[in-house]
Amino acid sequence: MFACRRAHLVPRILKPRSQLRYASQTSPEAHLNKPIEFKKVPFLYHSQNSARTAFGLSQDAPIDWQNLHGAINASLHHALKTDESVLLFGEDVAFGGVFRCSKGLTDEFGTSRIFNTPLSEQGIVGFAIGCAAEGMKPVAEIQFADYVFPAFDQLVNEAAKFRYREGATGGHCGGLVVRMPCGSVGHGALYHSQSPEALFTHVPGLRVVIPRSPAQAKGLLTSSILNSNDPVIFMEPKILYRAAEEFVPRDPYTIPLDKAEILKKGKDLTVISYGQPLYLCSAAIEALEKDIKGLSVELIDLRAIYPWDRAAIMESVNKTGRAVVVHESMYNAGVGAEVAASIQEGAFLRLEAPVARVTGWSTHPGLIFEKYNIPDIARIYDSMKRTLEY
Amino acid sequence: MHKPGIRWASDSWSSGPAQKVGSDSVNFPGALNSKFTATMKFQNPAEATAMPTYRIMDADGNIIDNTRDPRAAPDEEVIKWYRNMLTVSIMDLIMFDAQRQGRTSFYMVSAGEEGIAVGSASALSPDDVCFLQYREQGVLIQRGFTLKEMMSQLFSNKDDHGKGRNMPVHYGSGKLNVHTISSPLATQIPQASGAAYALKMQRLINPNVPPRIVACYFGEGAASEGDFHAALNIAATKSCPIVFVCRNNGFAISTASIEQYKGDGIASRGLGYGIDTIRVDGNDIFAVREVMLEARKRALEGDCKPILVEAMSYRVSHHSTSDDSFAYRAKREVEEWKRRDNPITRLRKWMENRGIWDEDKEKEARASIRKEVLREFSAAEKVQKPPLRAMFEDVYEEITPEAQEQMKELKRLIERYPNEYNVKEHEGGIKTLE
Repeated sequence: MFACRRAHLVPRILKPRSQLRYASQTSPEAHLNKPIEFKKVPFLYHSQNSARTAFGLSQDAPIDWQNLHGAINASLHHALKTDESVLLFGEDVAFGGVFRCSKGLTDEFGTSRIFNTPLSEQGIVGFAIGCAAEGMKPVAEIQFADYVFPAFDQLVNEAAKFRYREGATGGHCGGLVVRMPCGSVGHGALYHSQSPEALFTHVPGLRVVIPRSPAQAKGLLTSSILNSNDPVIFMEPKILYRAAEEFVPRDPYTIPLDKAEILKKGKDLTVISYGQPLYLCSAAIEALEKDIKGLSVELIDLRAIYPWDRAAIMESVNKTGRAVVVHESMYNAGVGAEVAASIQEGAFLRLEAPVARVTGWSTHPGLIFEKYNIPDIARIYDSMKRTLEY
Repeated sequence: MHKPGIRWASDSWSSGPAQKVGSDSVNFPGALNSKFTATMKFQNPAEATAMPTYRIMDADGNIIDNTRDPRAAPDEEVIKWYRNMLTVSIMDLIMFDAQRQGRTSFYMVSAGEEGIAVGSASALSPDDVCFLQYREQGVLIQRGFTLKEMMSQLFSNKDDHGKGRNMPVHYGSGKLNVHTISSPLATQIPQASGAAYALKMQRLINPNVPPRIVACYFGEGAASEGDFHAALNIAATKSCPIVFVCRNNGFAISTASIEQYKGDGIASRGLGYGIDTIRVDGNDIFAVREVMLEARKRALEGDCKPILVEAMSYRVSHHSTSDDSFAYRAKREVEEWKRRDNPITRLRKWMENRGIWDEDKEKEARASIRKEVLREFSAAEKVQKPPLRAMFEDVYEEITPEAQEQMKELKRLIERYPNEYNVKEHEGGIKTLE
């Protein structure tokens, strides 16, 4: 209060500006690279009934308007309430988390189940593996995916190989879920932007899951915590925490961890992506379908990055004969490389164009360059067009 | 979830005024109760005396304080510990030779450290959970791991709990609550902290669950890993019922402890984490056992807490079968340790002084253990290897469609080139790939 009163006496040094300049800007004349209008995204549930229909619920099933962090919070709440062995810990989770995902959970479930850990990622993951090895269901939070690397040894050499090396002893750490915010956020630069999923997809034993929306996040996270006996890396696109809003069923539900989802049916081209870039893909497809009469593009959300749903992708590409893979992380040995190589093996005779990859360039996420680095609507549009014209 | 009478460490911090009038200290949140001083003095570790090493009997097996009964166990128990130490030591010799003959790929002996393993394990309850590094064969044997189980693991046969996936000496047992050993050093330490927290939570959920601790073993070299730091810090802040047992044997492969750290061993670090700590003579099985009994008790008191035990010893053997330690240390020094002080001869001298052991008993024990080891050795060597299917199982709970395709592909390849592979040594042959 004291500080507030004093603040009035301090003359304003900086004049307010209407435009934020700390991040690279969209061109005001942009025809393609326009901001995402979440209210118009076709795959979000904008009405209660569309959500009910999608989840096969009755007309009076309770539905809530939620953003991504709210949906994650609801899933965590349900898991903690359902199973006493569920624990939630990490850096700063007790007061609600730096992204508000664990808001209110300490008050309801106590500091023995929701707690802050010392600032040590290898400690958090090692501790979580041990909890899981003794039958608990720990949900460990890494504050940013960029900071998971100190825990890489624990994840790759320990969590992933735990069941395999225990063999007939029956030991495993399948109750483990490691949550981490990932992806670009406009101004995250080198260490608040990364998407290291491809590093985990090279590790047998780990499940890697990335949701695209609140309703999907809720179902996938609930599956990861309560229904999976394999360790899960659960990556949350942080740019969607507040931005993506939709109607979400209030009652708990699960979504399988190894199935892709067709977001839009099409016959001429398959676009495969996951997480935040799906919004860009959707906008790019809308623009291209407007520009090319009669064109129909199929959009697929991988959801599970590893183990992934090869069959669904093959079925789609064997129908369309053309494919574009889109992700934010770097080109070389990214998820797109695996998907493209698999399409080459599984749909060779049907392919009418090379499989295209629209990805981050082979560089680091430099602060001011973000808009030029990650896939945008124009690049996805261009790549689809060239694939169709091949 | 909160039960009356249990104080949670995370509940204890409370904010207060920065400084009371006339106070001799500021309530800095980062260091409570630190008094101001007008004397500028850097604390110098070299000025402190080294933490003492607790022992009960000397190198000749004489009890130092004769007013005490050091054993807290009947003679038969002591003889059992002795035989368990002897078993480890005899198996070491046989398996080292077996590796030299190319009959197994790898082995690690634990000569000089049998007392730490057997002594500490004798103080544990069978329900307690153990995480090992790799030089703790005595823990397994003391907990009831059979020679057959050991040989099955060393020969990677179909009876190996690890299904032939791990290198030799990477033992584990679900029945005995010993998690399977993994090669990456120190990774088990934060896991053990987490496991201890799980045990504490399970008792909070269901008070009928018996109180249990985790015993976590590691060497002084592994204590240089970041995971050691992470583990002790989190175990202290979360009040975990765990006993960390550091085997300080003076060497990490060729690196002597003088190159490993500059402080007073590993024990001095425990205090920095706010952990009750003790240093014990690892060649004195009575001291190790007594320390472990007390550590276990303290770990479970009140809200629970971690304890650090630094057990001192000397790695009499080579690091492993892939190491010739005389390349970096004098043979004479090793021989001296072997002859003058080791846990087995020390206990033997005590037993002889007490009149419960003699040369005949020693000969009989060595002969019968040797015979049993050799019997299990030749039996295990003849047993078939695990099924080929085991290569793909347990990566995930279920075999994924991707792995199923690869099993099919491997089967096709073996059928196409049958002479290139000896699948008959695997139980069930090629059929298990279906």
